[in-house]
Parts: sequence; C-alpha cells; structure tokens
Amino acid sequence: MHRPIHELTDAYRRGDLTPTAVAESYLARIAALDERVGAYLTVVREHALAAAQESERRWRAGAPLGPLDGAPLALKDVLCTRGVRTTCGSKMLEAFVPPYDATVVERLRAAGAVVLGKTNLDEFAMGSSTEHSAFHPTRNPWDLSRVPGGSSGGSAAAVAGGLAAGAFGSDTGGSIRQPAAFCGVVGMKPTYGRVSRYGLVALASSLDQIGPFAQDVEDTALLLGAIAGHDRRDSTSIAAPVPDYMAELPRGVDGLTLGLPDEYFIDGMDPEVERAVREAIDVLRGLGARIERVSLPTTRHSLAAYYIILPAEASSNLARYDGVKYGLRVPGRDLVEMESRTRAAGFGAEVRRRIMLGTYALSAGYYDAYYGKAQSVRTLVRREFGAAFARVDLIVAPTTPNVAFKHGEKEDPLSMYLNDVFTIPGNLSGIPGVSVPCGFSGAGLPIGLQILGRPLDEARVLRAAYAYEKATPWRARRPELV
Amino acid sequence: MTTPERYEVVIGLEVHAQLRTKSKMFCGCTTTFGAPPNSQTCPVCQGMPGVLPVVNRRAVEFGIRTALAFSCRVNPACRFARKHYYYPDMPKNYQISQYEEPLAEDGFLEIEVDGGARTIGIQRLHLEEDVGKLLHEGTLETAQASLVDFNRSGVALMETVSRPELRSPEEAAAYLRAFRAVLIFLEVCDGNMEEGSLRCDANISLRPRGQTELGTKVEIKNLNSFRNVQRALEFEARRQAQALDAGERIVQETRLWEADRGYTRSMRSKEFAHDYRYFPEPDLVPLRLDRAWVDEIRAALPELPRARRQRFVTQYGVPAYDAEVLTQSRALADYYEASVQAWGSSPGNRGDRPKTVSNWIMSELLAALPGDDELAIQRSPITPARLAGLLRLIEDGTISGKIAKDVFQKMLASGDDAAAIVGREGLTQVADEAALSQIIVSVMAANPKAIDDFKRGKKAAKGALVGQVMKATGGKANPALVNRLLEDKLSKT
Repeated sequence: MHRPIHELTDAYRRGDLTPTAVAESYLARIAALDERVGAYLTVVREHALAAAQESERRWRAGAPLGPLDGAPLALKDVLCTRGVRTTCGSKMLEAFVPPYDATVVERLRAAGAVVLGKTNLDEFAMGSSTEHSAFHPTRNPWDLSRVPGGSSGGSAAAVAGGLAAGAFGSDTGGSIRQPAAFCGVVGMKPTYGRVSRYGLVALASSLDQIGPFAQDVEDTALLLGAIAGHDRRDSTSIAAPVPDYMAELPRGVDGLTLGLPDEYFIDGMDPEVERAVREAIDVLRGLGARIERVSLPTTRHSLAAYYIILPAEASSNLARYDGVKYGLRVPGRDLVEMESRTRAAGFGAEVRRRIMLGTYALSAGYYDAYYGKAQSVRTLVRREFGAAFARVDLIVAPTTPNVAFKHGEKEDPLSMYLNDVFTIPGNLSGIPGVSVPCGFSGAGLPIGLQILGRPLDEARVLRAAYAYEKATPWRARRPELV
Repeated sequence: MTTPERYEVVIGLEVHAQLRTKSKMFCGCTTTFGAPPNSQTCPVCQGMPGVLPVVNRRAVEFGIRTALAFSCRVNPACRFARKHYYYPDMPKNYQISQYEEPLAEDGFLEIEVDGGARTIGIQRLHLEEDVGKLLHEGTLETAQASLVDFNRSGVALMETVSRPELRSPEEAAAYLRAFRAVLIFLEVCDGNMEEGSLRCDANISLRPRGQTELGTKVEIKNLNSFRNVQRALEFEARRQAQALDAGERIVQETRLWEADRGYTRSMRSKEFAHDYRYFPEPDLVPLRLDRAWVDEIRAALPELPRARRQRFVTQYGVPAYDAEVLTQSRALADYYEASVQAWGSSPGNRGDRPKTVSNWIMSELLAALPGDDELAIQRSPITPARLAGLLRLIEDGTISGKIAKDVFQKMLASGDDAAAIVGREGLTQVADEAALSQIIVSVMAANPKAIDDFKRGKKAAKGALVGQVMKATGGKANPALVNRLLEDKLSKT
C-alpha cells in the first residue's frame, strides 16, 4: 500500500483497494514505526478513519471528489486545522486548537483527502534539521542517526518512511526542498503567492510558501494542483489561472534551455553531491535539453540578507504570543512579568535568538542599515534571476551542499544556516523550485536536484523533474525501516 | 487662563476617526457599538496564528473622500506598515497602520475664530486599525485581572495629522469642531466623541514671540471632547509658560489629561518613548489607487459645511450664526433647506420665511434633537413638510406663535401634522387666552357705551360685546372662552 497517490486512487477506481483499508494500513504503520522516526506530533486516527469512510462511500457510488479523494496525507504542524491542535513545534502553542482551517486544509478536505495527522518541525519553522522541535526530534528514515532536514522534517520523513502517501510543508528558506533532498522524496516550493498562506502560521510573511512532499513528480503535480490558486483571504496570493499540471508533465525537456549557475557549485560542498548533480544534468542533456552556464553573483549575499529579513518579520509575527489570548501563559506578579515569563518559557533558544536579531534589525537607527539594505539585496537577487530567465527556461542546481548530517552535528547556528545557501535565493526572489531525488551517496543517503523556474512557471519545473525522474531509477529505492 | 503675551502657542492635532464602514478594516466583522463583548470578532481581529488581513475597500474610499474634502494629494500608491508595541488590547502586538507612504498628504482645513478665518495645514491622512478595550480595576500594571473585549479590535480608523499651525487652545477647539463637521457631512464618521468615534491627541509647544524655530513639544492624550481639548491645552500652555518663566526646560514627553482634576500629568518621557519598529506590512501588497476611482469619489463629494454655510447666508439671508448652527450636519442642513422649500418662497408673500424657519429649528427642533445626529434628524417625527405646515398656520393667523410652540411639542410626541392637532384640540388663534384678551380689551375700549349699559344691569349688552369679539376674530373664537374672559374683564371694570 506504500504507493504513490495516483496509484492508490487508480486502485480505488478499480475496486482493488479502499480508502479505509489504506488509511488503516497507514495508521498501523505510524503506530508501529513512528516511535522511531518521530515524524508526527499529532495523529488524528478517528478523524482519518471517518474521512476515509466518507471517501469510500464516494468511490463506491462512483462519485469521487477528484484524484486526491481518499489520499492519506500529513500536514506540517504550522497549518491551522479546525479542532485539531496546531503546535508549531513549540511549547507556546502546545495546547492551541485553532477555530478555523487554513485555506490549503479547506481545499484538501474539499478534494476528499484523508488527513492522518500533524507533522513535526523545528520550532516555528526555524531550523534545517527538525532537531529543534520543542517535543522531540525527527529522524531520517534512511538512517535514524541522521536528521531529515528541516524545518518540514516531519512531513519529509513521513513520506519517505511510508507514514503518509503525501504531505505538506512550508518553505521559507528551503524548508521543503532541503528535507525533501535529505529524505529522498520530491518537495516543491511554489511561486510566492501561488498558494494561499491563510492559516499558515507565519514565520516570515514575505518568504513563506506552502508546498507538497510526494513520492514522485506526478503526485507533486496532483497535490500542487489541489491547493494552488487565488484566495481572497490572502492579499499576496496571485489571481492567475492554475494550469493543468498533470497534462503538462509528459511534454519532456527536449528544446528547453537549462541554466547552470556557477555560484551553486562551491568550495566545501560534498563531492558526492556535486557529482550526482552533474550526472543529473548530463541525463537532462541526454533528454534533449540545452545546458547553458549562468551567473547569479548576488547568491553570496543572499544568506546575509535572508538572515535579516527573516528574523525581522519573525520578530513581528511572533509578537502575538504573549500569554494573553491563547497558548501558554506563565503567571507573573503583573502583566509585564507574565508576558516576559511566558515568552521565556514558551520559546526555544533558536526562536529567541531570531526574535532578538529581528528586533534589533528593525530598531530605530538600524532599519536602513539592515532591513533596508537586505531588501535592496533582495531586489538584486530577483533581477539576477530575471536576467537569467531571459536566456534560460529553467535553472538546475544542487538542493543542498551536502547530504543529511548526524543529529547534534551542527551545534553552531551559522553552520546550520549555511545548509540553506542554495535554497534561500528562491525564496528571496519568490520563484518556484522543486527538489527531486538524483542519486545516493556512498553511505546510501539521498541527494536532491533542484530545478528552479520563472515566476508561476511551476508547470515547466515539474515537467523537467518528471522527465528526469522517468529516466532514472532513484524513486524505486525505499528506506528499510522495518 | 491666558498665556502670557510674550509666548506664542504652537499646537498640532492628531485626530483619530472611526470610519462608518459596515465591516472592520481588515476582516468582515461588523462594527456596531455596544454589542456584547467579543461577539463581533473572528480569528483575524483576534490576532490568531495564521490569519491575514484584507483591506476594506470602503474604508479606503472613505479615506479618499475625506482626503479630497481637505484638498489633500491622494497618493497614487500607498502602503500599510506594522507599528509594534506590546499592549494586551492589541491582539497581534502590532497595529497595521501606515507610515512612510500614507494614503494622502498636504491638505488644509479652514476654521473660523472670532469672526476671522484661518487656514490650517493638514500634513497627512492615513488608515489603520483600532485596538480592543480592556476592563480592569485600577491601572493595568497593578490590576489583578483584566478582561479584554476585541469588538473594537480592527475597526477602521483614519488618522489625520494637522501641521503645527494652531495658535491657541480656542483655535484647536475650532479646528476640531470644523474637522468633525466635515467628517459628519461626508458621512464617513458619526463624530461621536463620547463613544470614542472621534479621538484627539495634541502636540503643544511655546516659543518666545518672534522666534521662528519651534519649542520643545509635549504630546497630550485623552482629549475626548471639545471642552477637554481647550481646557487641557489652556492648562498645558500655562504650565509651560510658568516653567519657561522660571528658566526651566520643557521636557519632551507624553502627558495625560486628567479631565476630572483639570491637569495634565506625565505618562512617559522621550527616553522611554516606544520604538515602534515600523516596517512595510508584508501581508498586504501596496495599494494602488486607480485615478478614475479617485475622480469618481471627487465628483460625488457633497457640498462641504463651509461652502454651504456661506451659501445659506447669501441665498437665504440668514445671519452667519444661524448658518453655522444649521450646517452642523448634512442632515440638519438638508432639513433646513427642505423646510424652506416646503413652505415656499413666493415673492410678495415671502416675509422672512427662511429666517423664521431657522428660528424654529434653532429654538425648538434642536432643543429636542441633537443637530449633529444624522439619524435623529432624518427620522424626526416633524418632517420638513410638517414644519412648513405649522409655520403656515402661524402665518395665516390660524394659530399664534405661542400656541404653535405647544402644537410643535404635540407634533413631536404624536407625529401628527399641525392642522390635525389644531383642529382636534381646538387650538385656533382665538382659543389663545392672551390673544383673545387683547381683542376683548380693544373691543371694550371701542364700546364704552355697551360697558355702561352692562354695569347698569342691561345683561344683553354683554351679548353685543361677544358679537363684536366674534366679528373681530373672523368668527373663529371659542364662544365659551370669550364669555368667560369677557365676564372676568367686565367684573374688574
């Protein structure tokens, strides 16, 4: 039953499988294995079975809601779910039960998806390893001593470990693509504004974007198609028609020009990663793509700009957690003491660090030097991509400079931040990107190929990923969890 | 009370007006005042995790309408920004406001003080969201508990900042009055200061006369009535003058007006001033204002209070004072014009009808209804047509002015028209004791013989006098009343 969604729903159609049997099977796997992986924070067994039964009735009546009806999915615990606690991996929201569904969750429910539970993450999506959840770390199904990446590590590990057929995460600086690469699954960050952020607990509003994790590119297209499109509740969502991603997939890469950025092959990167990515590019060339070198020199300033913009916006977005309205409250003698104690107890070290950084960056007298400057860098990054995309259709690069590292290996926050060096420019510029498995290291750890596209050109990004996936054997390999 | 002549007072006002939009600034919640606590809230205005704001188009329209009325430049694009400070009535601990790129800039408002007109610059006008309300005993810092009501949280607010061009507390109060009248005319704000629909903060500084650079300013908060604006600024001007006279330096600070005690007290000094850490609101895209839309709003602007006031003086010949009272709201000005029109102004028989209408509105209608309450005026049981009906009865002598005042009260209470009440209750002119007594006195004076006859026991002489009175009143007199009054008079002669 551990198969892609499009195969599951084919089986539902034929009557070979039922959504209930599949949901039960996934729930059983979660019960048996998740203690070791730690992908989930909350499993909603009863909800899932009820939704599966409804789906089953629809399939039986020959009236499914679409290609996701009965698909067992997991949601990163930053997506608000009505009546189901949404913790953001933080003590602050340990008992927070939202009174509303995120737009994405609404759309998935309307498509008949079966939500299995909420997945683990670095607290408030700040991190690249899912070690910094306030509850427990998540482990990489390929090697339990290693991290699954982050911050959406729970969702990536769930899909890799067969604990969900597909999942959703959020990507602010690589939080979907990096864990997808580390866990050997497909992960996509759509164009900023392609998917409504309403109900996504904000980390950095101008960078956050929701996207899918999937076992293959076809499922990625299905999952993206279900959530993409304008939402009047999100003023930053784009009012552009959503193409039929599935229909675009088989068009191949013949005739496409792919850009290879010099700046994405850097000193100190894992040679196994570099080799795998270069081999992947050869495969794409073999499929008819033209490869051209491009230069994105501002890449080297991206990390610095990102670590101004993100903490600045985060410090603002997280100001609401003060113990007054919902979530944790630690009593104090007066209001200020209550608020201070609540925030000190509710937030972990990384969250506190970023709140302080961001507060500083926005302070009177420093704004221009930090936030203002970072925004200028951002404009340059965007222009550079624009210039590159005038010459090439897509950009191909490694998703990460290295494979999954060991738990506790990156104690120094800076070395952790460097993990996102190839994914951050995509967030700064708002362009779509996918990470698709492109091989394994000698130690058997997955490597990811990143494909970036023009704004709103997800269809072409997916098309190239699909052509590559079809031409390579990687997706057949599974971690041996049991 | 006055500031020493050697100092010039410099005042600027920041006025916050709640916009009369049906829904809040960034969500669909309703905005009715006085609803049960937290009954008009949703995840957005409660600042729940994951929510996003959506700009209320109507609020933008109201902002533009006001900006145009003040002759501001409406910026082709503006932006919202986050203003940060921690306070439990503000659910996100930041307020969505506008900072570097406001909706509109550089306008003016004309005010009148002591018969002279002055133009006060308006620096900027921007939109933002209101905060909730806290309920606790004592100060928030020391209270054991506080309850928060988010009904007001997210209500659309418009902040308008004047230039520091007001030169006295009287001018400040006049500015606020004129400002409020414009807002009420534009139907963008109900102007209710008691309910907090209109709130005012003031910046005030003193400088020696002749000096061009500004003195150190003090901000005064909690000015929730015209009277408080004037009193607080008078107090503060005096306080600053005394301090300067004593050779002290004015501390830049925020002071709170304690209306009950009649003084301002320090809230926080500049060193403890908030760093609001403004930055552009990333959840909203810059607002681009379509020229055509702005032009459309401009074309639909109503005649503003000042223009209408001037027209009332020239067109109806009413005194400036009357014109000012009559234009305190659009509804009242409309009421006045409709009444004048309903009465008609056929030349020759015109008398001074417009002034008469004005008198009746000022002395009677406004004694019963608040002239700035649009709804109360619009729903007045005495419609302009009925007021005209009443005035017609006075004009044609059916009733006296005195009786008419009683009829007015009855019209207010019953909603009936004047003629019906007069007919039903026999309130015609001749039922007016005073008027009738006068007629009787003159009839008696004209018929001394009949009086003599009566005194000599010729009772029929009284009948002749009654007949004379009836004749003098055109037969409309109430005979019983005439008899009683006549007997009374005859017995005293």
